Amino acid sequence: MPASSFYMIRTARRASQIPKFLSLSRTMTTTAPIIPQDRHGHLPSSQSPITTKMHFFNSVMESGKQIPTYRVLDGVGNPIDGAEVPELDKALAVRLYEIMVLLPTLDNILYNVQRQGKISFYMTTHGEEATVVGSAAALAPNDEVLGQYREMGVLLWRGFTLNSVMAQCFGNEEDKATKGRQMPVVSDFGKKNPTLRRSCPQSLLFQNEIISQHFGSTEHHFHTISSPLATQIPQAAGVGYALKRDPERRGKNCAVVYFGEGAASEGDFHAGMLLASTIPSPTLFLARNNGFAISTPSTEQYHGDGIAARGPGYGIDTIRVDGNDVLAVLGAVREARKRCIESGRAVLVEAMTYRVGHHSTSDDSFAYRARAEVEERKKVDNPIVRFRGFLESRGWWTTEEEEGLKTRLKTDALHAFKRADGLKRHELKELFSDVYGGPEPWNISEQRNELSELLRKYGQVWEPWRKELDKFKGKGEELSGK
Amino acid sequence: MILLRPHVLARLQSSGTGPDTDGATLEPPPAGGHLPSIATSKLLRTSRDAALRTPGLRWTDEDPSGPTRELVGGRETRKMNLYQAVRDAMSHAMMKDDTAVVFGEDVAFGGVFRCTMGLAEEFGQERVFNTPLTEQGIAGFGIGMAAMGHTAIAEIQFADYIFPAFDQIVNEAAKIRYRSGNQFNVGGLTIRTPTMSVGHGGLYHSQSPEGFFLGASGIKIVIPRSPIQAKGLLLAAIRDPNPVIFMEPKILYRSAIEQVPNDDYELPISKAETLIHGSDVTLLSWGTPIYHCETALSMLSSPPPSLANLVPESLRRARVELIDLRTIIPWDVETITESVNRTGRLVIVHEAGPRGSVGAEISAEIQKRCFLKLNAPVKLIAGWDTPVALQFEKFYTPDAIRILDGIMDTLSY
Repeated sequence: MPASSFYMIRTARRASQIPKFLSLSRTMTTTAPIIPQDRHGHLPSSQSPITTKMHFFNSVMESGKQIPTYRVLDGVGNPIDGAEVPELDKALAVRLYEIMVLLPTLDNILYNVQRQGKISFYMTTHGEEATVVGSAAALAPNDEVLGQYREMGVLLWRGFTLNSVMAQCFGNEEDKATKGRQMPVVSDFGKKNPTLRRSCPQSLLFQNEIISQHFGSTEHHFHTISSPLATQIPQAAGVGYALKRDPERRGKNCAVVYFGEGAASEGDFHAGMLLASTIPSPTLFLARNNGFAISTPSTEQYHGDGIAARGPGYGIDTIRVDGNDVLAVLGAVREARKRCIESGRAVLVEAMTYRVGHHSTSDDSFAYRARAEVEERKKVDNPIVRFRGFLESRGWWTTEEEEGLKTRLKTDALHAFKRADGLKRHELKELFSDVYGGPEPWNISEQRNELSELLRKYGQVWEPWRKELDKFKGKGEELSGK
Repeated sequence: MILLRPHVLARLQSSGTGPDTDGATLEPPPAGGHLPSIATSKLLRTSRDAALRTPGLRWTDEDPSGPTRELVGGRETRKMNLYQAVRDAMSHAMMKDDTAVVFGEDVAFGGVFRCTMGLAEEFGQERVFNTPLTEQGIAGFGIGMAAMGHTAIAEIQFADYIFPAFDQIVNEAAKIRYRSGNQFNVGGLTIRTPTMSVGHGGLYHSQSPEGFFLGASGIKIVIPRSPIQAKGLLLAAIRDPNPVIFMEPKILYRSAIEQVPNDDYELPISKAETLIHGSDVTLLSWGTPIYHCETALSMLSSPPPSLANLVPESLRRARVELIDLRTIIPWDVETITESVNRTGRLVIVHEAGPRGSVGAEISAEIQKRCFLKLNAPVKLIAGWDTPVALQFEKFYTPDAIRILDGIMDTLSY
């Protein structure tokens, strides 16, 4: 790794220390409300008991405790004593595993193809496979999903093809998801931006660059991703309410909204939780808490006990789950979905993914931790390695199958990549389509004509346009008429 | 609120790091001779002397009641790009004003565009700190500090993500002075935010949202075109008695490089700057497109061979007056009116779409004031009334060829 990248990463980590003046109050312990021993009745139109003891509280848990995390498998994939393994047969387990492995495979291929001939690059396993794939498997295939940007696994689970994935990566003519309108476009990125790739903390870079496609597919009940964070959260409450009003889908489907713990800092998160609880709707909130938003650690995103602590504030059933344990996620989201649909009310699941070995509850444990230690931790917590251990212990998976899977996935992904690479973009006229439904307003029509006229005049003699037109299906001739 | 922050950071950084990528959206046609780009722009002041003689520059260590002095002895300059100049301005502001703080998403480690590099180390984490991801929170927090007489320098990571803060800015920051009968004001609030396109940002990393704030009297909007301008205008914005939104064209962070005076100085708010004097047509812009305008002017006077037969000889000697508006609201109506009354023609260039735009506002005002002097309708060269579509950006963002065409169209009207 070049020196410059090291500098950036170290800088980012130094910044993760909490400024002293901001962290002073952390020396105080958390306390839960105390139930009064003496009976003094309660407030009118309320069940709040009257107490004569002045007591401040800041937690739903008893003093000094954090909300526990639901886990099924230990670090090497053995069921923990007393844990209930969710119902799954070999076929389901193997499919879970295959999609989980497909995610980093896609990462690697997209990444390596971009970087052909460039220096090698340090890679991380980003570790949200269990949360995304495990939750996808717990849902009905037509539950409405509103994602943030790391939920490609949900689409893959639902049968979104590799060709569709690559189409959006390239923004080519087969990209139905956004018609090449939304970022990112992988091919451009790798060629043009080696500097930044090196200078950004990779743990952030990867999800953001490769997996952050702006997918969307009505066929797969997956609403198109938007770059602004958290906007999908209140929308999900509306989607859930619409499902509840639809006689065909009432009691059968729920809305599922994914978001990171950083997005949960936005006002939209609170608005979404509030609406789903006051105007009850079957809306499943799925927070992915991975400890970081860009350079900012979760300790600077919230002072309370994560995202789960907020659920009770809105009267929402809540669970915290080990997001690196696919069976815990599968079991918890199945149950959450069941409650959601049966009660017609919101449920919150906070999946802790701790992918960089960061303790979100500790102020500075991460700051100067040795790289080797982080690496070791990643191996133990790797959700794929962990689930593979489970599969092997059941006799559902062999080394040969592992090799076969890796080769197959790699070949398939590479094939899809190469195919997508050879395709053109959508026609240039798509720049002006889909702004409105119904009759097209005059300004859009006139502007299309204006660009057509400009293309007729300059399309072949203005080099930046001439080069660019080549990349479009039809080379813009549907506009210029040439 | 930055779904794709490192992405654009990446792209941005690529735009000024090597000769092959300089001015990514301003590619000169290789076959068409050497056209000016940001890297070679004559509008940038690359010598100490030129930098120190920047028009309107006022040293803050001199008696403000005295006349502006042109003496430059003893003043030094340093080569800086735009993000370094922004950082330098904030450093000066914090050095002189103990109440000044800098905050926003990821600013503690230097910011995704590096504008706050080292500030936390220099001034401590009580004065330079990260906020959670909440734009309305950032704006509201800044308003609160400013209402207490402090200087709040907030960063919204991308202008595309300023909209959650719209209520705080439009209903609160803009109206506090008026609604409190001038008892309270938030003049100490400055909101910095990267704006405009880099050529491949798509819907949510390419917008120019300045037009949305036009109706919010009480707010000022400033957009610098270069490092010298950024430092002087940002210091003026921070010290202006009104809340200011300071929009920094992100493609210029690295690609625009000048010698920047070391000392604390300000450049005037609400004053446009005439960059090239002319008499036949007024060309008005701000931020990134200023450099596309320069390229277009070069193509007009000496068109590359591929365009030669499209640029009539009769137009090549046209003298075009190029003006940088700099402050978007309240804008310098005097300078623009005076210029258009002389030239009889006005072409406005901006990246935002035309509906409800700053160009539409200026056009309406100028057509009212200069009606009898106009020889052609005011021409607006803008994006389209569509979102900014990623794969189509080269045909969305007004570039030199569209500006050239618009100038010729207006000249031959």
